Amino acid sequence: MTQIPTVTKAGSLDRPIANSYSSGRLGDGMPWLILGGSAVVSAVVFVLLQVGGVTEEFNISGAVLLTLVIYGVSLYIASRLVEGSRRAVDRLVTTLVVTAFVIALLPLISVAFTVVTNGSARFDIQFLTYSMRNVVGEGGGALHAVIGTVLMTGAATLISVPIGLLASIYLVEYGRGRLAQAITFFVDVMTGIPSIVAGLFAYAVFALIFGPGVKLGIAGAVALSVLMIPVVVRSSEEMLRLVPNELREAAFALGVPRWLTILKVVIPTSIAGITTGVMLAIARVIGETAPLLVAAGFTNNMNYDLFDGRMQSLPVFVYSSYVSQGIEAQASLDRAWAGALTLIIIVMLLNLIARLIARIFAPKLGR
Amino acid sequence: MSTSGSTKAPARIKAKQRPGDRIFAGSAVTAGSLILAILAAVAAFLIIQSAGVFTTPNEDIQILQGQSFWSYVGPLVFGTLWASFLALLFAVPLAIGIALFISHYAPRRLAQGLGYIIDLLAAVPSIVFGLWGATVLAPAVQPFYAWLVDNFGWFPLFSGPVSGTGRTILTAAVVLAVMVLPIITALSREVFLQTPVLHEEAALALGATRWEMIRIAVLPFGRPGIISAAMLGLGRALGETIAVAVVLSAAGTVTFDLLTSQNPGTIAANIALSFAEAYGVNVDVLIATGLILFAITLIVNSLARYIVSRRSAFSGAN
Amino acid sequence: MNSTRLSRAAVIAVAGALFLSSCAANEADTAGGGSESDSTLSGTLVGAGASSQAAGQQAWTAGFQELNPDTTVEYDPSGSGAGRDTFIAGGSSFAGSDAAFDLEEIEAGEFGSCVPDTGIIEIPAYISPIAVIFNLEGVDSLNMDPATIAGIFTGDITTWNDPAIAATNEGVELPDTPITAVHRADESGTTENFAEYLSATAPDVWDAEVSGDWPYGGEAANQTTGVVDTVTNGTGTIGYADASQAGDLGTVAVGVGDEFVEYSAEAAAAIVDASPFSEGRGENDLAIELDRTSTESGVYPIVLISYLIACEEYNEAEAAELTKAYLGYIISDEGQAVAEEAAGIAPISETLFERASAAVESIQ
Repeated sequence: MTQIPTVTKAGSLDRPIANSYSSGRLGDGMPWLILGGSAVVSAVVFVLLQVGGVTEEFNISGAVLLTLVIYGVSLYIASRLVEGSRRAVDRLVTTLVVTAFVIALLPLISVAFTVVTNGSARFDIQFLTYSMRNVVGEGGGALHAVIGTVLMTGAATLISVPIGLLASIYLVEYGRGRLAQAITFFVDVMTGIPSIVAGLFAYAVFALIFGPGVKLGIAGAVALSVLMIPVVVRSSEEMLRLVPNELREAAFALGVPRWLTILKVVIPTSIAGITTGVMLAIARVIGETAPLLVAAGFTNNMNYDLFDGRMQSLPVFVYSSYVSQGIEAQASLDRAWAGALTLIIIVMLLNLIARLIARIFAPKLGR
Repeated sequence: MSTSGSTKAPARIKAKQRPGDRIFAGSAVTAGSLILAILAAVAAFLIIQSAGVFTTPNEDIQILQGQSFWSYVGPLVFGTLWASFLALLFAVPLAIGIALFISHYAPRRLAQGLGYIIDLLAAVPSIVFGLWGATVLAPAVQPFYAWLVDNFGWFPLFSGPVSGTGRTILTAAVVLAVMVLPIITALSREVFLQTPVLHEEAALALGATRWEMIRIAVLPFGRPGIISAAMLGLGRALGETIAVAVVLSAAGTVTFDLLTSQNPGTIAANIALSFAEAYGVNVDVLIATGLILFAITLIVNSLARYIVSRRSAFSGAN
Repeated sequence: MNSTRLSRAAVIAVAGALFLSSCAANEADTAGGGSESDSTLSGTLVGAGASSQAAGQQAWTAGFQELNPDTTVEYDPSGSGAGRDTFIAGGSSFAGSDAAFDLEEIEAGEFGSCVPDTGIIEIPAYISPIAVIFNLEGVDSLNMDPATIAGIFTGDITTWNDPAIAATNEGVELPDTPITAVHRADESGTTENFAEYLSATAPDVWDAEVSGDWPYGGEAANQTTGVVDTVTNGTGTIGYADASQAGDLGTVAVGVGDEFVEYSAEAAAAIVDASPFSEGRGENDLAIELDRTSTESGVYPIVLISYLIACEEYNEAEAAELTKAYLGYIISDEGQAVAEEAAGIAPISETLFERASAAVESIQ
């Protein structure tokens, strides 16, 4: 630790002082050198711990963490000595940002890895072409759940996106006064509706209309919409607000009516952000288990009709395969993980399509 | 906005009323009001359904086991707030870091791919996070928890006895943090990317370092967006059901201890756990706890609004 | 430019529609009618209830639908409570429940699908042993009397080398590992039956009221699979779960009288036969009052009985016909055998079968 400042001093003194671009700055290779040094130091520490019998085996995550800490501190000190406090803070923040990214990526990668390794066991043709009708033990598939998820999420999107987008347009372009304030506030409140309550609500509404015990795909879609609308409103409102006023004023100055300005200028400018928001909203609800279990029920059979009969969905399929495994537990577990993998792939495809749409309609910007 | 014809000023020419404008504005207002109507319907449903709890004597409600409704729901409220607070504590700084990394640090080609991956992870179903938390994360962190309790047990949060399986509220909070991370990151990233390039370039031209540029230009611009994103994340954390139900080993206690197997439960997870076997008025009790969660969200959001409104919003549209 | 993009989008949409209208490969023959079967039954039968029956119901629906290709049975494993509420409201034709209806509920009960003022039938068709499972290195089986089990789960016995455990396990080397007792976090029939057993056999140690909620401390896990996973992933863990899920975990042989009995389908069926029917009920209401303290040889006293609940008289003839046929299939030798194979239930005995089939015959 202590020799690091001397190393950097030597490094900076070696350079010709006349070069005004590189004087008073750390060399390009210096951060890497410090990173290597920190790695060695922390490796030594953990090897000593292991030899000393404090830890039983070499702790990799601990060593990586210590490396990052030593690196951050020593780079800050080195930079402060050579470059001054402002650059030192800049380097420190860069380290922190990259570290945050690495730390956050670890669990995300772990989740993805778990799903892919466990899910690929049963992710085959049969899984995508079979339902669970008359299937006991091994085999079977999730076609009925895939169809159900696509139909119900699609219906929920059809309900939520127009309502949500129009509401956010109202908030940003028209809304003044109490109604707008109330909507903004209550949309936030709506994000906090627990998913199972949304399911119970949709079930209660449809039970009022169609009699008790009714479970329909459309009820599931309504439950999902309740969860989806606030996310759509919140994210598109944020995106619409970011459209510079100059664009609107330019359109108005050319005599373009307000509604056309919104349709042709404001929305296209923010379409990338809005699509991200809608995709987030879809992603938020497509994995919901509890509301669909309550509102759309559970079935092993195909159902294409949102308005008649129970409808299976992938999250419910995953959950029930995991929860009631029976004797052939591994077969059921494999189906659960394959279902989760399918769900993620569906979202991936939707995401690609959404990005394509965004790219087609978005105007070319400076970035 | 400035062109919206204020008819009161006599000097101004009255703005031309177009049918297209009227239809469009009308449908926008309708959509906004519809949201309020839906919310009112949900609230009415919750209130009507939970009325039964307060008209039935406590002894007749099996799920309460003789205690009052408030002492049943108290630990759950605490657990919900505590777990969500911890989750946001982990998630928000990390999410801002990731969003900044993607928007201002990473090479652009890499950044696009990374943004895409983060978006995808928002789609992992909650049950998968639950399974991952219970079968991968909890066994992995248990030795670390044991070490913490052995060496830092004097610190109130880390007091023992340590959980033998690692399925504690800290693990649940980490799982929640991982779940809300993609949401907060994705929104913050979009907001950071919308920072006017001129502001950034002006800051850099004045000799600011990258961090100073971000502090001066990007963060103030993105602050309302970050808070919105955090609120969305909080909404998900407060209402998360299945993942918490699978990960957390809950007992109806109120404690700040992070590492024991006696943890406070959360409202949403409790509903999911108890709902299947509940019948009659017991269902009403669970729905009443849902109403409480609803009220909590309302209060938390009011607080957040209050904090945001103290700093005027920076928006292109005002 | 835009038009080609739009046409591309149209192609995607058409392809999507084709995909959506495709049929599941294993369901292709259902629309064609029962050509290879002489069954005349058709229609959809809806049931809901206990999630403990889910694996068994999956096997039963599959077997029944193969015999009667024009029928569809939907069983919604939404939970006993939800299933009973749905049945009362008339949303389903039959219910699965881990507990029989109380007498008051039956007397007060208006059952939506049934002709008013007629009774219901309850058949204990899903009998499943509950295993006490543990994860302790090098130990596969332990003998424990009820008081020891109760002591472990109430938190009185905290280490594996406790004298109470050692006393009944001579020759087994027990480590001083702390015990982590795992219980169900969700309310469940499994917990209720387990608590009922401990409360009946070790009332001094187990002093809490019996219900589906866990009254003591310890580690909580969601559903049977959650308990099994938690026990598997921890060390020195012990829990209780549906025996079919025990897998490779160590199991406890439970003290009955002077002997220790490992769980088995026969031993579980034996305790049901040794127990009387609950009193004061209709002829076709076969609720069983389990005799937990039975000391008869070879009985395994920790069992879960899950009931099938149906109407004696239905409002709709189709529902009556289908329910009668389906319940008849479930209690038949074949039905019990497929569920034993798929879900590890204990097949009902000859005597119980006779009572049950009389009850099923009475459905109209």
